[in-house]
Amino acid sequence: MNTTNTPILSARDLRHSFGPTDALRGIDLDVQAGEVLAVMGPSGSGKSTLLHCLAGVLTPDSGTVTYSPANQAPRDVGGLNEQERSRLRLTDFGFVFQFGQLLPELNALDNVSIPLLLAGIKRPEALRRSTVLLERLDLGSMSGKLPGELSGGQAQRVAVARALVTAPTVLFADEPTGSLDSLASENVLTLMLELVREAGTTVVMVTHDPRSAAYADREVIVRDGAISAGYRIPA
Amino acid sequence: MNNSLTLLGLLGREPSYGYDLKHSYDRYFGIEKALAFGQVYATLARMVRDELIRAVGEETGGGPDRKKYEITATGQDKVRSWLFTPDTPSETLQSDLFAKTVIALLLEDDADRLLDLQRAEHMARMRELTRAKKDAQLLQVLMCDHGLFHIEADLRWIDLTTARLTQLKKELQHA
Repeated sequence: MNTTNTPILSARDLRHSFGPTDALRGIDLDVQAGEVLAVMGPSGSGKSTLLHCLAGVLTPDSGTVTYSPANQAPRDVGGLNEQERSRLRLTDFGFVFQFGQLLPELNALDNVSIPLLLAGIKRPEALRRSTVLLERLDLGSMSGKLPGELSGGQAQRVAVARALVTAPTVLFADEPTGSLDSLASENVLTLMLELVREAGTTVVMVTHDPRSAAYADREVIVRDGAISAGYRIPA
Repeated sequence: MNNSLTLLGLLGREPSYGYDLKHSYDRYFGIEKALAFGQVYATLARMVRDELIRAVGEETGGGPDRKKYEITATGQDKVRSWLFTPDTPSETLQSDLFAKTVIALLLEDDADRLLDLQRAEHMARMRELTRAKKDAQLLQVLMCDHGLFHIEADLRWIDLTTARLTQLKKELQHA
């Protein structure tokens, strides 16, 4: 965890357009290390665009995203070249999406171990770490199953395991329970939050669901590409 | 929550001392706020007067009480009537928030901020309830879920109102 009060992620005056549509209209946002932040807002408000800019998936038209992990020099995520950003996403960031986006032809264990193999970890070690994580997510008996053989909640837990297996500093989750029923959502979030709180992982979770957002430490509301009045950083 | 009828319902299981009844209530429903002894005894006295319960025996129970109470047939009817009469959805909060929103718009004040503040308050309460569910017994989890879903309904109204503020302001100006 970051040992100072410097936010681990700090966005300033983020602006981004898709053609004539202004998706982000000057966003300022700080995320503290170890914090679980929910980004809420109506459909099309720009919350996913914000997440993509914070994670370096998307380069904003203007503005900065500063990433300041403990004991490392701060970096402007938008200023990194494609290769550097890919590296950052592989080593420091984890991602969970609404539909797990698991590879259908690989079993749960292999799906989880992919990021480790891409990071150069030897296969036996990658499988060992993945197995430990699957067990923590109550999926010990499911490791040989293909995604198509898992329930929605189980598949999403595999996606969580895949996102956390590299021990990321920041986990970005975009509607992680958007396709699940209440009970499965609760199960996924409870287990996910248990793991991230234990590890001190920072989480930025986009959700339109207040019950999911209630697992976070705080929320911000994005509306029409801007942080809603009551949630802005005090000037 | 109707404490009197809930206590009467608990007495419907078996005769009980006020002391034991209070602890039963707290175990099931007093997770956040235990019932005061004074309230229990006042309620019992009222229910005796209304012939919903009657005192039986004078021996000592788990606490300092001497009187044990049992439900009467009238009390049983009252409990059944309560159980199977649906409640009118509460509109107190929404009407108050509605009034505040309209007044804010009429005063050309920041209705957006007002709704954001209420939303933040609701979310804080949801976080509390979500934390209370962790490692809790299923009974408590269900109680928290009940609260969470109700707050969520309020939030949906807040979101929809927020989305309609501009239109609402126009309509109010021309009203």
